Amino acid sequence: MAIEARFRLSYAGFGLDVDLTLPGRGVTALFGPSGAGKTTLLRCIAGLERASDGVLRFEGETWQDAQVFVPTHRRPLGYVFQEASLFPHLTVHGNLTYGLRRIQADARRVALDQAIELLGIGHLLERRPDRLSGGERQRVAIARALAVSPRLLLMDEPLAALDLARKQEILPFLEGLRDELAIPVLYVSHTPDEVARLADHLVVLEAGRTVTAGPLAETLARLDLPIPLGEDAGVVLDARIAERDATWHLARAEFAGGSLWVRDAGHVVGRQVRVRILARDVSLALTPHPASSILNLLPAVVEAIKLEADPALALVGLRLGAAPMLARLTRRSVDALGLAPGKPVYVQIKAVALVG
Amino acid sequence: MSLSEADVAALVLTVELAGLTTAILFVLGTPLAWWLARTRCRCKGPIAAVVAMPLVLPPTVLGFYLLQAMGPHGPVGQFTQWLGLGTLPFTFAGLVVASVFYSLPFMVQPLQNAFESLGERPLEVAATLRAAPLDAFFTVAVPMAWPGFVTAGILSFAHTVGEFGVVLMIGGNIPGVTRVASVQIYDHVEALAYDDAHALSAVLLAFSFLVLLAVYGWRPRAVHSS
Repeated sequence: MAIEARFRLSYAGFGLDVDLTLPGRGVTALFGPSGAGKTTLLRCIAGLERASDGVLRFEGETWQDAQVFVPTHRRPLGYVFQEASLFPHLTVHGNLTYGLRRIQADARRVALDQAIELLGIGHLLERRPDRLSGGERQRVAIARALAVSPRLLLMDEPLAALDLARKQEILPFLEGLRDELAIPVLYVSHTPDEVARLADHLVVLEAGRTVTAGPLAETLARLDLPIPLGEDAGVVLDARIAERDATWHLARAEFAGGSLWVRDAGHVVGRQVRVRILARDVSLALTPHPASSILNLLPAVVEAIKLEADPALALVGLRLGAAPMLARLTRRSVDALGLAPGKPVYVQIKAVALVG
Repeated sequence: MSLSEADVAALVLTVELAGLTTAILFVLGTPLAWWLARTRCRCKGPIAAVVAMPLVLPPTVLGFYLLQAMGPHGPVGQFTQWLGLGTLPFTFAGLVVASVFYSLPFMVQPLQNAFESLGERPLEVAATLRAAPLDAFFTVAVPMAWPGFVTAGILSFAHTVGEFGVVLMIGGNIPGVTRVASVQIYDHVEALAYDDAHALSAVLLAFSFLVLLAVYGWRPRAVHSS
């Protein structure tokens, strides 16, 4: 565990009180509703905000405690703001090299060319920021943060200011980043979809406090997740493409709890993928239904049942081998099937989304 | 209608005074404007008011107090005498000091506005890109506030060219030392030499128009954070 962060801070009408240990690699999503303190936490970690009562250690180095406060410009981090915030008086190239020129030669682990290629901005280098689209600007901002070879990358809702099309344009670059860089990334988001695609770990914040933290799959599958995700409740599973069926254009993805047939997205056999299954797309049966349009039918065991705020609905926690799953059912169905913890059932999965 | 040698000397002196005053104001006014733009100190209000005073005070009032302070019995005068420099009134150096006070708001206010409109973000970005505060000031704040610097420089220079009352109070009317263009025109009029007054006045009129045209008509396009 590479990052220890403990901050206590209060403004009029808002307080932050967190004590977290965050993993030293992979993408950690800081998730929660607006005003939960996600951005403030990120700014404290960057040193842009100074919590009078705070301790921050990164890979054993103290960045802040009662005696020490390392100023932002001496912390080996990269920061991507919600708005691209490019320097308007510099070209794209000038923006990219601004930080690069200020780090020691022996600290350059990310080549500028690599950052430019990763974000696909090679053709924009001579332009001024005001000649770029919103998506291009944000890609330049991400490359600019990478060009300082950060040992920690902080991203504050980098997609929030963009429309859906621009988001779709940038998400693949972010996924590439996650797979190519061996540095920890803290990613602030309030969008479950982004979290499902990008995160390996999840920290849920609400009203300035940590409400839960842990590996993504386990945390998302928790029934007691204090933030009701509603329609977005579901699980994210890591899987591997095991087989491709050319006749029906399907691919079989193996995960810890069995196999799922998904639409063939062109991934080669052996490729690691991530699948997202929403609770509302999972139904349960007591016997296998051979004559059904549903492709994915897997044996599972009921772990827990939680009644939802809606008086008609319940959320059922299941386990398929080692993998967790959630199903949203009506309370009537829960009663009719006699569901209870330990009961073996069959899950019928109507939709599986490949999210990366 | 032509310029005499004395007119040219007065114009040269005016340009020297305005140029030196503007240069000094850039050095003093920039940190002051930066501080005013960013401080949360309660003393900001009183200090901003003091800086703006020359905008409303009659120049004779400013000149009178400066004369008191810089005269042989004033605190500044005693200090300059202790340094062996004599006293400042009726010298070119005295005029420069007076002009710096007189034109201070014309330097500080445009710069302060330019710095305030930058906001915190560009400097935060610079910090995350390893720029120390002073580095960020020169490589981000100054280039982004450049139109403010141009406006502040032009206005300070032009306002110094146009001063009259303070000059008369502090500098008197010594040819080649303190007799600037505005005083020279006054002399011409006193002597009923209207043609000479016309010539020099026309030069200042054209100058003023061109300066204001530069400020209002041709402005470098303001840059905003994207």
